[in-house]
Amino acid sequence: MDFNFSEEQTLLRNMVQTFVQDNYDFDKRMKIVRSETGMSAENWQKFAELGLLAAPFSEEQGGFGGGAVDAMLVMEEFGKGLVMDPYLPTIILCGGMLDRHGTDAQKQAYIPSIIDGSAIWALAYSETQSRYQANHVRLQAKADGDGFVLNGHKSVVIAAPWASHLIVSARTSGGENDPQGISLFIVEKQAAGVSCQDFDTVDGGRASDISFENVKVPANAVIGAVDGGFEVLEEALDFGAAAACAEAVGAMKAATAATIEYARTRKQFGQPIGSFQVLQHCMVDMLGEGEHATSITTMAHLKLNAGASERRQAVSAAKSYIGKSGRMVGQNAVHIHGGMGMTEELNIGHYFKRLTTLNIQFGDEDFHLKRFSAETNKSAQEAA
Amino acid sequence: MDLAFTDEQKAFREEVRSFMEEKYPAELKEKRFGAMTKEDFLSWHRILADKGWIAPSWPQEHGGPGWDLTQRYIFDQELGRIGGVNIMPFGITMLGPVLQNFGTEEQKAHYLPRILDGTDWWCQGYSEPGSGSDLASLKTKAERDGDEYIVNGHKIWTTMAQYADWIFCLVRTDNSGKPQQGISFLLIDMNTPGIEVRPIYTIDGGHHVNEVFFTDVRVPVANLVGEEGNGWGIAKFLLVNERSNIAEVMKSKKAIEKLKNIARAETMAGDPLITDESFTKKIAELEVDLLALEFTELRALSAELEGTATGLEASFMKIRGTEIQMRVAELTMEAMGNYAMTAAPFIEVPDNYSHVGPDYGIGAAQNYFGMRKTAIYGGSNEIQKNIIAKFALGV
Repeated sequence: MDFNFSEEQTLLRNMVQTFVQDNYDFDKRMKIVRSETGMSAENWQKFAELGLLAAPFSEEQGGFGGGAVDAMLVMEEFGKGLVMDPYLPTIILCGGMLDRHGTDAQKQAYIPSIIDGSAIWALAYSETQSRYQANHVRLQAKADGDGFVLNGHKSVVIAAPWASHLIVSARTSGGENDPQGISLFIVEKQAAGVSCQDFDTVDGGRASDISFENVKVPANAVIGAVDGGFEVLEEALDFGAAAACAEAVGAMKAATAATIEYARTRKQFGQPIGSFQVLQHCMVDMLGEGEHATSITTMAHLKLNAGASERRQAVSAAKSYIGKSGRMVGQNAVHIHGGMGMTEELNIGHYFKRLTTLNIQFGDEDFHLKRFSAETNKSAQEAA
Repeated sequence: MDLAFTDEQKAFREEVRSFMEEKYPAELKEKRFGAMTKEDFLSWHRILADKGWIAPSWPQEHGGPGWDLTQRYIFDQELGRIGGVNIMPFGITMLGPVLQNFGTEEQKAHYLPRILDGTDWWCQGYSEPGSGSDLASLKTKAERDGDEYIVNGHKIWTTMAQYADWIFCLVRTDNSGKPQQGISFLLIDMNTPGIEVRPIYTIDGGHHVNEVFFTDVRVPVANLVGEEGNGWGIAKFLLVNERSNIAEVMKSKKAIEKLKNIARAETMAGDPLITDESFTKKIAELEVDLLALEFTELRALSAELEGTATGLEASFMKIRGTEIQMRVAELTMEAMGNYAMTAAPFIEVPDNYSHVGPDYGIGAAQNYFGMRKTAIYGGSNEIQKNIIAKFALGV
């Protein structure tokens, strides 16, 4: 057993920490998220120069062959720094999917521009009526000559306002709730018939609702098999959910550290508020949540490449746990800061907001608890 | 034991109910609190003032309706039932009773009518950067100079100071004794030179609170309420009033009603959320808690009428009432799923703004963020527990 990071992993972590310190302190972060575009193109280029955008890709694609644990380290540091750049959608969701399931031609066509920072991708999978259930797909893709025509709607597509490319889940056969009959398409956001309504998210990010009206895509835009896209999509969403857990762990640790520091210095009734036992126990519980959240998130990353059922159980266990612990830590970090925690000026409220949206993204605590329960029951029945 | 109101009380309830249904401004009904303007608040204020109902707790000699506790309870219930915006408390609930009990005849004659008709919008200058829960540690000082005080200091969390014409302030007039001594209660015109109001934007995206800076602000000694150095007693008197109707039972009932409507409309994989047992269980638990609180409030009202109240009722109700308000906001956000993440602009809404997702979900997460303040303000829930512990535990 070995929970230690390798020398390379420690270097990677230090590099991201240094980047956040130098380029993404809280004031700079707020300037970026409040700017017109909400994102810093300059930072994204720095990510490319540092090799961060190449880290998880296989070496034959020009990447560094980093594994799940590397991604976890990067996301945790991003969580500490409240980094809002679209690393998760571009690199982990879409890049990972292309790397694992793209054809050679697709990899050659798309991965170099992801690695050099010139392309940003977003995964358009959720629909208004589907909520977190990714197999509930109404958006239609009809065969049309050599390709397909897409019609329908996707909702709350994170990072879409910045994206040049989308991966879109669409129904090519079956009923609207069937896991079978879903296909995944690469769609250029500029394509005729794609229209976006962009909006701010409460954590300082950006997202879009996207309509697809007679959008033509060629046959070679399909990732994986026609009608067989759901397993590919579900796997990508599990990688994304695990990354969201790692980001939440970073946010929890930073919010807890800031809260402890505040409680040590803020005086009321002639003593630091940290001397009150009721607050001490609360902060100890926050620390404990951070520990267990780290553990379950590490477990989930170590099982991302296991069999599908094991992966589903591990990720859903982690995501539901993170939902609960992130809420506890976020709420109490604000509460112990008192009025200051309620202000836009202090980072604490922003950790709280980010922990809230990380619970929602890829399915909340309830959703993943049910998925965990269903999946463990299924595998117990199969074993019996 | 009898739960029913008397016939007279029922008739009164009918009168209040039909007035509210008829007169509450339609344009305020669907407006989110964060989007309310000063004029919105004042329009409802004037309607109630014209009817003579703007100050339910004031005696008739000062222009109140002279209602008893039960009538005031019924009024609050009926206002909550139509989802009406609360009467702004600063003048009516907070300062009015202070002036009636501690003010001079001149102060009463000048300020009370202006509170009633909405001429003066008041704000509360209590908290300071270094004194939140520990209010007595306040530092803003007022030094006597002839017929005036010269005020220097810094107040924070001043709710709606951006609208205020006047501020009532706790200031330090003496440093020599215990922190509670040497505090005075002063009325200050917000237009006096040397006052600066700076907005504080909060995590719900709103501008509700401010910082107020005082630099050599000259205030007539005639604006002192009570005796110099006796402000702490007045402050405590006011804080007791601040905590009245803190249970917010009707507001939470309305919010749960809205939550259920959202759960009927929202779907997971096409199925309405209201059919999801794990979610409806959470709503039911909340409703049960609220039902208990509703009857705690009625028992507290009854105890107060009979003179058997312990004085701890308000603390128990503040704690549970705020827990329930926070939980409703949380479940409402949860019910909205992905669309909860969309940010609604509370301030400076651009002309071309069109939100995504259903109307009923606008600002769901922001409201959840904002509701966290209820456990902090009005004496944090920890302070309430300290109050109860001090009097109830005997340790």
